[in-house]
Amino acid sequence: MEISPDAWVLYERRGLQLNATIVFTWGVMALLVLLSWAITTRLSEGETVSRWQVMLEVVVTTIRDQIDEVGAADPARYLPFIGTLFLFIATANLLTILPGYQPPTGSLSTTAALAICVLIAVPLFSITRRGLRGYLKSYLQPSPLMLPFNLISELSRTIALAVRLYGNVMSGTVIVGILISVAPFFFPILMQLLGLLTGLIQAYIFAVLAMVYIASASRTQRKNDPEPDAEHPRTSREGD
Amino acid sequence: MDPATMIATISIITAGLTIAIGSIGPALAEGRAAAQALQALAQQPDASNTITRTLFVSLAMIESTAIYCFVVSMILLFANPFVDVTALGGGG
Repeated sequence: MEISPDAWVLYERRGLQLNATIVFTWGVMALLVLLSWAITTRLSEGETVSRWQVMLEVVVTTIRDQIDEVGAADPARYLPFIGTLFLFIATANLLTILPGYQPPTGSLSTTAALAICVLIAVPLFSITRRGLRGYLKSYLQPSPLMLPFNLISELSRTIALAVRLYGNVMSGTVIVGILISVAPFFFPILMQLLGLLTGLIQAYIFAVLAMVYIASASRTQRKNDPEPDAEHPRTSREGD
Repeated sequence: MDPATMIATISIITAGLTIAIGSIGPALAEGRAAAQALQALAQQPDASNTITRTLFVSLAMIESTAIYCFVVSMILLFANPFVDVTALGGGG
């Protein structure tokens, strides 16, 4: 049994291997880019709005509201990065309803790459907001004694992000594979339905955790510099 | 027993123990989280949106502990790094 789509080579020529992970990642990317390109070239501000534009607006505003709820001061700054993470992982997980498709997030290479993106994005957002000194000072935050623990937590949460997504998607694939050989036809479908739910929740969790890490690293201290936007106004929202 | 068989035996036993012991804690924790969420839902039905969302997120985060154990046992079963060591003639 294969526990990763890395081992499934679709195309090989002169030392160049294209495995299933790369091919399906390109497929998901192409789908997302083509769909959003086709929708955004025909945006309208008039009275008649196409239903695709409505769908895109709902998705974008929902993601922005969620980012705002996590507590970032300025959701528009983080919207491209967080939104891309969420949409990519969600699409990659939800396309498992197509037969013959292996989710690229079921490979540790993809999830490690996504987690490394988060690892790099945290200091970038933090430095552009607080400056290099402010970012480095956050490692000594409660007391300088905590420096090694802060460094370790930076690394371990990256590994946890990667392994959490990989393990969830891979366990869904493996369990369906085992069930097909033990009890075919009915139970694998139920597990795949559960897999769709898990995939969507994992995409949400990945995006929310990335946002929490970025927000906690780029939050300005309140007592030292009384910036007006440090205490961001919380708009009251009814329900969700 | 030659080294390869011994490594296979120990790997299989350890994989079973890993997933068995490692799923006890998350199972108890998930039950507790769900029970508390049900109680909160019964007390405040208006806040059901927030409670349900928080419940799902925390369930997935609790579950990741069990998922780590699952990944370790899958590595022991299907991608064991020590099988190659004995195949090359080392070990023993």
